[in-house]
Amino acid sequence: MSNEPGGMGAGGDVGDAHLSLSADAGEPMAEKYLPGAGLDEPVLVDVTEVRPELADAALVDEIVAADREVLAEVGEPLLKMEDVSVVFGGLTALDSVTFDIRRGEILGLIGPNGAGKTTAFNAMTGVYRPTRGQVRFDGQVLGKAKRNQITRLGIARTFQNIRLFNEMTALENVVVGTDARHRTSVPGALLRTRRHRQEERDAIDRSMAILEFVGVGARATEKARNLSYGEQRRLEIARALATEPKLLCLDEPAAGFNPAEKEALMDLIRHIRDDGYTVLLIEHDMRLVRGVTDRIVVLEFGKVIADGSPEDVTSDPKVIAAYLGVPDEELAEGDADAPA
Amino acid sequence: MLVHDVLAADPLIGFDLAALGRNFWALTVDGLTYGAVYALVAVGYTLVYGVLRLINFAHSEIFMLGMFGQYATLLALGFYPSGDAFDKGILLTVLYLGIAMIGGMVVAGGAAVGLERVAYRPLRKRGAPSLVFLITAIGASFVIQEFVHFVLPALTGGELGGVNAEQPIRLVEPEVQFQIFGANVTNVTLIIIFSALILALATDMFINRTKFGRGIRAVAQDPVTATLMGVSRERIIMLTFLIGGILAGAAALLYTLRVPNGIIYSGGFILGIKAFSAAVLGGIGNLRGALLGGLLLGVMENYGQVVFGTEWRDVVAFVLLIVVLMFRPTGILGESLGRARA
Amino acid sequence: MSTSTPAENDGAPVPGPAAPARPRPELPPAGQTPVGQRPHGGAGDRLRLWWDALARPAQWAFGAPFVLFIALLPILNIPVLTTVGTNFGAVMAQFGMYALIAIGLNVVVGQAGLLDLGYVGFYAIGAYTLAILTSPDSPWNVTQPEGWLSDDWAWLAVLPVAVAITAMSGLVLGSPTLRLRGDYLAIVTLGFGEIVRLLADNLDEITGGGQGLKSVAYPRLGVTEELPNGVFSAGNVGSTLNSGVWWFWLSLVFIIISLLLVGNLERSRVGRAWVAIREDEDAAEIMGVPTFKFKLWAFVIGASIGGVSGAIYAGQVQFVIPTNFNIINSVLFLCAVVLGGQGNKLGVILGAFIIVYLPNFFLGRTSLFGIPIDGNAIANYKYLFFGVALMVLMIFRPQGLIPVRQKLLTYGRELYVAARRTLAKMPDGGPQAAYATSAPASGTVGTVGTPGSSGPAPTGHGPDGPDENGATGNDTTDGGNR
Repeated sequence: MSNEPGGMGAGGDVGDAHLSLSADAGEPMAEKYLPGAGLDEPVLVDVTEVRPELADAALVDEIVAADREVLAEVGEPLLKMEDVSVVFGGLTALDSVTFDIRRGEILGLIGPNGAGKTTAFNAMTGVYRPTRGQVRFDGQVLGKAKRNQITRLGIARTFQNIRLFNEMTALENVVVGTDARHRTSVPGALLRTRRHRQEERDAIDRSMAILEFVGVGARATEKARNLSYGEQRRLEIARALATEPKLLCLDEPAAGFNPAEKEALMDLIRHIRDDGYTVLLIEHDMRLVRGVTDRIVVLEFGKVIADGSPEDVTSDPKVIAAYLGVPDEELAEGDADAPA
Repeated sequence: MLVHDVLAADPLIGFDLAALGRNFWALTVDGLTYGAVYALVAVGYTLVYGVLRLINFAHSEIFMLGMFGQYATLLALGFYPSGDAFDKGILLTVLYLGIAMIGGMVVAGGAAVGLERVAYRPLRKRGAPSLVFLITAIGASFVIQEFVHFVLPALTGGELGGVNAEQPIRLVEPEVQFQIFGANVTNVTLIIIFSALILALATDMFINRTKFGRGIRAVAQDPVTATLMGVSRERIIMLTFLIGGILAGAAALLYTLRVPNGIIYSGGFILGIKAFSAAVLGGIGNLRGALLGGLLLGVMENYGQVVFGTEWRDVVAFVLLIVVLMFRPTGILGESLGRARA
Repeated sequence: MSTSTPAENDGAPVPGPAAPARPRPELPPAGQTPVGQRPHGGAGDRLRLWWDALARPAQWAFGAPFVLFIALLPILNIPVLTTVGTNFGAVMAQFGMYALIAIGLNVVVGQAGLLDLGYVGFYAIGAYTLAILTSPDSPWNVTQPEGWLSDDWAWLAVLPVAVAITAMSGLVLGSPTLRLRGDYLAIVTLGFGEIVRLLADNLDEITGGGQGLKSVAYPRLGVTEELPNGVFSAGNVGSTLNSGVWWFWLSLVFIIISLLLVGNLERSRVGRAWVAIREDEDAAEIMGVPTFKFKLWAFVIGASIGGVSGAIYAGQVQFVIPTNFNIINSVLFLCAVVLGGQGNKLGVILGAFIIVYLPNFFLGRTSLFGIPIDGNAIANYKYLFFGVALMVLMIFRPQGLIPVRQKLLTYGRELYVAARRTLAKMPDGGPQAAYATSAPASGTVGTVGTPGSSGPAPTGHGPDGPDENGATGNDTTDGGNR
């Protein structure tokens, strides 16, 4: 088996390996889908057969790349948590949390269980309204914006417990993501206006490229629920990428992965960053976070206790105390059961 | 003075608040008798919903079977649908009413459990989504209605069921007993309200004080954990349907005392919708909510029909439901028996 | 009713001898993965595969004669098929109306997953709008002699009004109630259907109350000596080309228009939004789908189609009374949708056909294939049979007779065709064999737009210049944080 089992190609190194099926999944996938292995015969499709251009990794990167107008310059704060508190009844889940996410970086948000990671995440994505303070995203305060509007503003997320649209195919799932950026609605679709048709075509082209990008292109026409666990996690990332986010939030994307899969996932996350996206990573697994992030924010009891480079943070006594006596391996709460 | 006497026929939607003022207490008392019936039927909806997250659409047919059950019991006791009131003294009347009520309870309770066995259990075994349950319930509702419509008369030699409504057997003729704030209270009113009160209290005690009731609440809150803790989910579900059926059977007798001409295969439908509305009004899944919602709906409906005209009675009920849901999406008392769903 | 969480499916197909013995815990409970829904198996799927692989002109070549056959069905007089107790043309006219209703209700229930038990309300509003505006019994009659509208055009002129008013009623009902949860929506819509009927029954001065409204307008076409009121008149009875047949043909026109429009929606972001809402409303919202807006659209579109059907009904029978809009009709409509297969447009039309045709098939029949039967009794028991059928169907085939296989994409069909080609090759050596044969492409931009790609040419990234994605994407990538 190759050293990137079932995973991505060789990152963003253009010209080395391309992201077509033959490179990233040819052998492992063929082994994986033996006929008769399950009740549902898996259907594989060679995307390059119908979209030959997608065999070119550089072009795939280019299609997937972040191309939205972002006010913030690279390296400047894209999202600012300004003194955000979230209180449920008497419980303060977030206590005056201030940090920012800079454009173009991979920020890790970590902390022990119950530290407020998910609350912070939900405050950013509009699930909760902050009790105090505000979230400022690319120059705009996310005050009363609805959840779907926040997505269209440019914050996309994945779910800790996968929530794909199971009856839709993988491709359709991703196209739903691209729909967030559509401008035509019911009248356009009803009358099939030129603009609508163009949007639909572009959506499918882009979605196929994204599927190739995350490495599940071969399963494009399969219903989401028939995908393997790892493929479903990748598909979630693809769907979020399809909304053309300025900020991509990944909620424990490696949960349930074995070390080899985690390695491949790290490659994918780096590749996404290199393609121009800003990534927020919430993760338990210290090794993964340390290996992939540019900066880490540590939460404990709803407060920020550290904020800095992975090296600084992991040697910070306060952080060590928070994780005291708990080696990395036990923090990783995945089972190594998932397919290799 | 009965409510219907004060209602003047009005061609378009009328609006007569003065009539409401004049008859406020009479309307309230009469509304409570309707409300008591709604409340008892609503408990069946609410318990099943609390435990299974299922709108038991066929519950109205259980109620209808209850009406036939008490009617058949009275026939078996030797009464005829002659229209003459029974006049052998209050004790015997109450005794026979009690027996008739038990007859209704047995039929309705048995039918409810049977329905659960035949229609819902196979679906549960297959883990069907909730829409499938609802459609099955609608199918079951058809089947029960048509059974009474066509099959029952064939089975009973035309004694029961069929196209036409049965002539009522009147054990009690309404007779004014006393007045509250100028409102007449009849013996029928008293029987309905007291019976309903006793049944409601008993059910509330059963749910909140006994081991079985604890089981029901546990399953409603978290079926998985409840099962792990040794509660037999299947048995609890059966019990829930049984309680709902029994109360519907009791309500059937009370309803025929108040509205004695509804013993027909299609007689449960509108009442079922209203009882469900009552359950939703109070907060579905919530036992006390169902009771409160039933009484409220009965009373409000009575006020509404005086203000707007008799023909708008049902409209008032549905508009009330929509308005309450608009402002309190989980009903008046909220959904306490079960967890609230997103 | 546990919802299956894919997060637990750690047992994907694994190679090696251990694989067959390994259970597949991620398979949803049996009820949710009916055999028919498993990808690519069974005769129906083969048919679908064949159909999907056809080019558009070929699909038309097969489709048009089929539609023509359906259209001619009422006048072909096929022995066993034709009804004996009632006129077959009238039955087909009723089927046409039910089919329209099924298409409309399918948008709401099948596609968006909103349980609407009051759909008959929209049907009634469509019928009553037409009746109120064209019946001489109504105070708001706009037709001659009281009004200004010629009888010849009254039906066609009022139809858009009826549709607009029904659509508006959908908006009025939907905007407060669609924020409610699914179960509450069911009961509120049930109440709505009942309110509409009660309004029709009680607003005597406008709707004629229980008496109803008579002499409703209908299209005056094909006026001859024998048929002074045209072929659509209820007076056109008896002959092969009776009014029922004409109304059926008219319905067919509306059915085809509705199918095309609803199909357009289904294969666009609208249809995808509906399915996303049906599958997981919260996730859809978070992925940027304005859920409330699209639910409302589903309601309005469903209502409009119901309104068309109601207007056709009013015109055909030329007479509306409240008892024809009982709640039981809502349930029958729902039956049609569920029976045929929720979400499947052709399936629900089949469902509508069964609901309308079966009772009429038995009506007046004394023998079937030589076996003596009491057809009238069987027809009488129709609700009993529908009830049993629903219950049995829900246990053994909850997805309906023709399960849904929605197409949610207008373009990209060639990808699915390619996938099925892969599948077709499978018996020879399994998917991996088919896989290996597809040689990896050379990986250069030069291969773009090769003539081999079928269907609409790949756009956006073709040789006609880089699109905006490509151009700006490059810049951002270069500026990326390295």
